[in-house]
Amino acid sequence: MSPLRAGIAFLLVVLVAALAYFGAETAAVRPLLADILPYAALVIFLAGFSFKVIRWAWSPVPFRIPTTCGQQKSLPWIKANRLDNPSTKTGAWGRMALEVLCFRSLFRNTRAELREGPRIAYSEDKFLWLAALAFHWSLLFILLRHLRFFLLPVPHWLLGMSALDGFFQVGAPGLYITDGVIFLALLYLLARRFWDAQVRYLSLLADYFALFLLLGLVLTGIQMRYSDRVDLERVKEFALSLTVLSPHISAAVAPLFFVHLTFVCVLLAYIPFSKLMHLGGVFLSPTRNLANNSRIQRHINPWNPPVKVHTYAEWEDEFREKIRAAGLPLEKE
Amino acid sequence: MSDHAPSPQELVQITYQPKGSTDWLEPVATLSKGRYCYSAAAKNLNAMDLPNPREWQPFEEDWKLPPDWQKIILNGMQARLKKFRSFRLFMDICVRCGACADKCHFYLGSGDPKNMPVLRAELMRSVYRRYFTVAGRLFGKWAGARDLTVPVLKEWFYYFYQCTECRRCSVFCPYGIDTAEITMIARELLNLVGVNVNWVMEPVANCYRVGNHLGIQPHSFVNSIEMAVDDIEDLTGIRIEVPINRNGAEVLFVMPSADYYGSPHYYTLLGYLMLFHEIGLDYTISAYAAEGGNFGLFASNEMMKQLNYKIYAEARRLGVKWLLGGECGHMWRVLNQYMDTMNGPADFLEVPVSPVTGTRFENTRSTKMVHICEFTADLIHQGNLKLDPSRNDQWRVTFHDSCNPARGMGLLEEPRAIIRSTCNQFYEMPENTIREQTFCCGSGAGLGTDENIEMRMRGALPRANAVKYVQQRHGVNMLACICAIDKATLPTAMNYWVPGVEVGGVHELLGNALVMQGEKERTTDLRSEPLKEKEKEAPVHA
Repeated sequence: MSPLRAGIAFLLVVLVAALAYFGAETAAVRPLLADILPYAALVIFLAGFSFKVIRWAWSPVPFRIPTTCGQQKSLPWIKANRLDNPSTKTGAWGRMALEVLCFRSLFRNTRAELREGPRIAYSEDKFLWLAALAFHWSLLFILLRHLRFFLLPVPHWLLGMSALDGFFQVGAPGLYITDGVIFLALLYLLARRFWDAQVRYLSLLADYFALFLLLGLVLTGIQMRYSDRVDLERVKEFALSLTVLSPHISAAVAPLFFVHLTFVCVLLAYIPFSKLMHLGGVFLSPTRNLANNSRIQRHINPWNPPVKVHTYAEWEDEFREKIRAAGLPLEKE
Repeated sequence: MSDHAPSPQELVQITYQPKGSTDWLEPVATLSKGRYCYSAAAKNLNAMDLPNPREWQPFEEDWKLPPDWQKIILNGMQARLKKFRSFRLFMDICVRCGACADKCHFYLGSGDPKNMPVLRAELMRSVYRRYFTVAGRLFGKWAGARDLTVPVLKEWFYYFYQCTECRRCSVFCPYGIDTAEITMIARELLNLVGVNVNWVMEPVANCYRVGNHLGIQPHSFVNSIEMAVDDIEDLTGIRIEVPINRNGAEVLFVMPSADYYGSPHYYTLLGYLMLFHEIGLDYTISAYAAEGGNFGLFASNEMMKQLNYKIYAEARRLGVKWLLGGECGHMWRVLNQYMDTMNGPADFLEVPVSPVTGTRFENTRSTKMVHICEFTADLIHQGNLKLDPSRNDQWRVTFHDSCNPARGMGLLEEPRAIIRSTCNQFYEMPENTIREQTFCCGSGAGLGTDENIEMRMRGALPRANAVKYVQQRHGVNMLACICAIDKATLPTAMNYWVPGVEVGGVHELLGNALVMQGEKERTTDLRSEPLKEKEKEAPVHA
């Protein structure tokens, strides 16, 4: 099933690319792709993303259920683990920062293997963590770099950041480190879905689709910068025209750019309906963002349901003779 | 061993290569004997006012579901999506990275791909997508969605009762997705149509009415405690007193009922009672709130609350100042993460202060309930106990972190501090198998029943394997733990995988080492086994 799912996902992404490419050369479709699609995608993204996040945020957290990954705070002479088992709000913020910025939990990853004996051996497995971290940080850098298309003049920090990214100055124009890193990271994440028997078995079409789409996005970006160069001045004009709500794209901009742009739009519009919502969800996970202080401070469940209970009086009534025979005190003789 | 369980040699022939031929969206065709628990008896459902009491068994074709069962489940899902952020979020954000896959003891022990935590959750998520998401409604199986059919429901029963809610997967998940949370919701949903297991529902019903899992009535409860008092007298020459249902004591002590009817739990009970006598604790136990364990946790949040109610109610009735809790894993998940929220506030109690050391347990200032290991570790640290660790020299000890105190609390160092002071020979298992990465006994969350023996032994494999490692390396012969379900089920698992390793409580080890005022010279340990001859060796603290 999995190869079929991967194949269909790949074809879907190729289809998007083809539609964009030929659309760009069709007079009737070209303005649709440039003038309408970006706004439509942005609206769907913002509305969908906010809807989901608000729905999560408004659903109650009835119980305080952090997964504790270290020593609790108890006796003063026992050293508590303030980040993996925070007992304060500050600690919980620290834990979230580690999680969001460094992928703390994924860093723990191990691989279990059943060997002769039988013996189960656990080995460090940091590749998933490394690839995930490399991908996400590169994506952030690349997104920020793209701000230069939307800002006039380009702020200094952005120029500095881009210069840093192009530090190695390989080739002309200078190769951005993040371009290479994000491509390799995505390739690893995709290859893993084929090679790892377990991950292959559980992967859905959506898992491949997201990866192919991102790969398409990255490849078209790289291609525009390093081989089939597009007229960046015209692209910047277009980007700026988008920001003032009067979109206009020059006829000089090549179809390849339309493919890149359409990938971006599809990705944006797709996020709210997909697992990519983990982008917002990670901040709301109750096993991570709560302090383990439920014995220190009472946590309130807004819907704490009334339940039928078996009171002491009922219990005593039921077992009175046995309680008396056992010599235990009774409330009512 | 029952006829369902293969030998260890057969059982360990595990392949982790999922069969490519069957898509996981297809429900499994058969529930394999030895891997599920029997249904809950109608009388137990009646006792708890639960729907659809009837005679049925999982191996039968017809589960006698109510005619509108599908609607009941879907409405139940809808309601819970609104009540639990965890549920809605965990349905939405999994990226299927597979980091959790080989973290589950049941997956490691069975190789069944649907025991990978991610797929266990997908069993629920696929139904969620079909009925609650746009993509699932539009694209069906291509979006990983599937209809809620009878085979899917049966698969839920099968796999959500092959999860011990141990939360190990959640430690490794980049979003903290907690399969225990999904399993708990799944079991609540199954309860709505009367699909439950007896090994959960019978203890729940007994605990609700009588006060403990086995339904031991007040007079038998008193007998058990008297037997412990006699045994302690035989051992130490000291006749102690154990107050029951006493008004006005300072402390109400609550333990899992297995401590007074199970073995090897019983030796832990002896340990507690000896300790309380020795420090002159002003306490009482209760025949009404005679159960610290709470199988409601394995059934539904409402049932958990119903059973947990008794603890604060009894504390209020007896007018105690604070609460002390015994060695039990899931009991402490409830006491630490649920009790105050459900049945608090405990504003009629005082912040616990150790009457011996004066330590104020600030970490319990709202709940007012202290773990016995916190209490004892403090006593030892402050030098208030006289201990003779050589009386545990017959044991080479390792410590099994129980899932709930480890991952639902973080009680890691307190029991170790006690073991280090009471035993000369203590060896840790490999680090991937202890503390927050500890492996479940394989029988928690209401699965510890005989008909489920094959799955239990499979689930126990990773834990047992780590024990075997320290057995071979250090000659370990005692697996210490602080959980009643561990004590009930690990002996079977050790016998199966690592013969020669006993299981015992931390307070059993304390009871052995505790030098009591006026005691006679001890010749045996709490198990009535002769003590090891004292050797002229300096004690080694590992």
